[in-house]
Amino acid sequence: MEFPEELKYTKDHEWVRLEGDVALVGITDHAQHELGDIVYVDVNTIGQTLAQNEVFGSVEAVKTVSDLYLPIAGEVLEINPELDSNPELVNTDPYGQGWMIRVQVSEPSEADALMSADEYKQFIGA
Amino acid sequence: MAEMKTVPLHELHQSLGAKIVPFAGFEMPVRYTSDLEEHHTVRQGVGVFDVSHMGEFVLRGPGALELIQRVSANDASLLYDGKVQYSYLPNHQGGVVDDLLVYRSHASEYYLVVNASNIEKDWNWIMSHNTDGVEMENLSDRLCLLAVQGPKALATIQKLTDLDLTNIEYYSFRTGTVAGIDDVIVSATGYTGAGGFELYVKNEKARALWEAIFEAGAEFGIKPVGLGARDTLRLEMGYCLYGNDIDDTTSPLEAGLGWVTKFTKDFVNAEQLKAQKEAGLQRKLVGFEMIDRGIPRSHYTLTDAEGNAIGEVTSGTQSPTLQKGIGMGYVPLAYSKPGTELYVKVRDRLLKAQVVKLPFVK
Repeated sequence: MEFPEELKYTKDHEWVRLEGDVALVGITDHAQHELGDIVYVDVNTIGQTLAQNEVFGSVEAVKTVSDLYLPIAGEVLEINPELDSNPELVNTDPYGQGWMIRVQVSEPSEADALMSADEYKQFIGA
Repeated sequence: MAEMKTVPLHELHQSLGAKIVPFAGFEMPVRYTSDLEEHHTVRQGVGVFDVSHMGEFVLRGPGALELIQRVSANDASLLYDGKVQYSYLPNHQGGVVDDLLVYRSHASEYYLVVNASNIEKDWNWIMSHNTDGVEMENLSDRLCLLAVQGPKALATIQKLTDLDLTNIEYYSFRTGTVAGIDDVIVSATGYTGAGGFELYVKNEKARALWEAIFEAGAEFGIKPVGLGARDTLRLEMGYCLYGNDIDDTTSPLEAGLGWVTKFTKDFVNAEQLKAQKEAGLQRKLVGFEMIDRGIPRSHYTLTDAEGNAIGEVTSGTQSPTLQKGIGMGYVPLAYSKPGTELYVKVRDRLLKAQVVKLPFVK
């Protein structure tokens, strides 16, 4: 299982890739593996400014549904348009083509409090 | 919470990489690789479920039929040797103790196959009605059940047996030698709508049978299939799942089990159910498909167009075959006709759905 070094991780199993004050957010390889086949990523917060840890959407697997929590405060700019017809990208490429939302980050330093790849690995016992 | 039980082939499932989850008191494989892949394998080829958590009772003696007639709603006198019947056990409160299969091996020997979560409850219930000393034996811990399902199931198993499988009609069974193993019950039943057989085998022979089936099915791309796909497969057919769609409190008539409720004989709570039928049902278990994008899940609220609650989802999923959300739930009679629009409350939104005729997948 992969955990890219340049990402930050949450205990709810989201990752964030910060580039300046814009971030991509998705779920981890561990999360997609636990959920199984992803069949729908439901985000209805586009255009909204949310606080850190607020729910920005839901990820629906065949068997279960899970809330998605924003790792870092900001405005939800867009959902990955590819996921509408290919939600399985979250399974096959969770850190790449399976990204979920793009966020205009309010306070980039909030990311410092998130877990590093090593800390996340330890957190999930990998 | 009682300690989780494991099925005899538990270690095999682990070695195949299965994700194991608690289900009905057992540690069961929920998926080996992918729910969707396993689902399509069964619809298009052949897959094998280890459903050894299911319970099996055998009832023997001259009073066996009478006992079954008393506790179950379907008419077991219509059975003949080698015939299987779907039925249920009504309780005295208008609900359902369990749904089950009744197998007649001969006039004074019947097998009952019950849900894992209800083994003890069913045993005690039937025993409490056993006033004529029918011999009852619980085989649940001694038998494994492998469900070999899909359009290639027959070709797979036929390689392993001299039984002529094309002669085993739907909902009937034979006992014979499969893969050199004697006394395997080969039953043309299943919970998937994909066709195939369910094989009952003694625990100690289960591994050999499993391996022979996988060798025989290799040319068809046979795969192990978990409970995840079992649930999407059964829901596409609109089959009830005990604990979700029916339980101790749900009316079997409202659940659509009228076709296995035979008032031509006497059985537990027949009077009350007959009265309910004659008075007319207040609500019905219906199937619905999502029109808006979304996935219904059990316990989500069903509403009318104004958002007034009219019922609850009892089972729901994204149909892998139809690629849209499907579900079942109890609604007032006025909302039960196919084509009727209703709404599912998914998180904070009302998503449009429409009642459809079951099965979802023809």
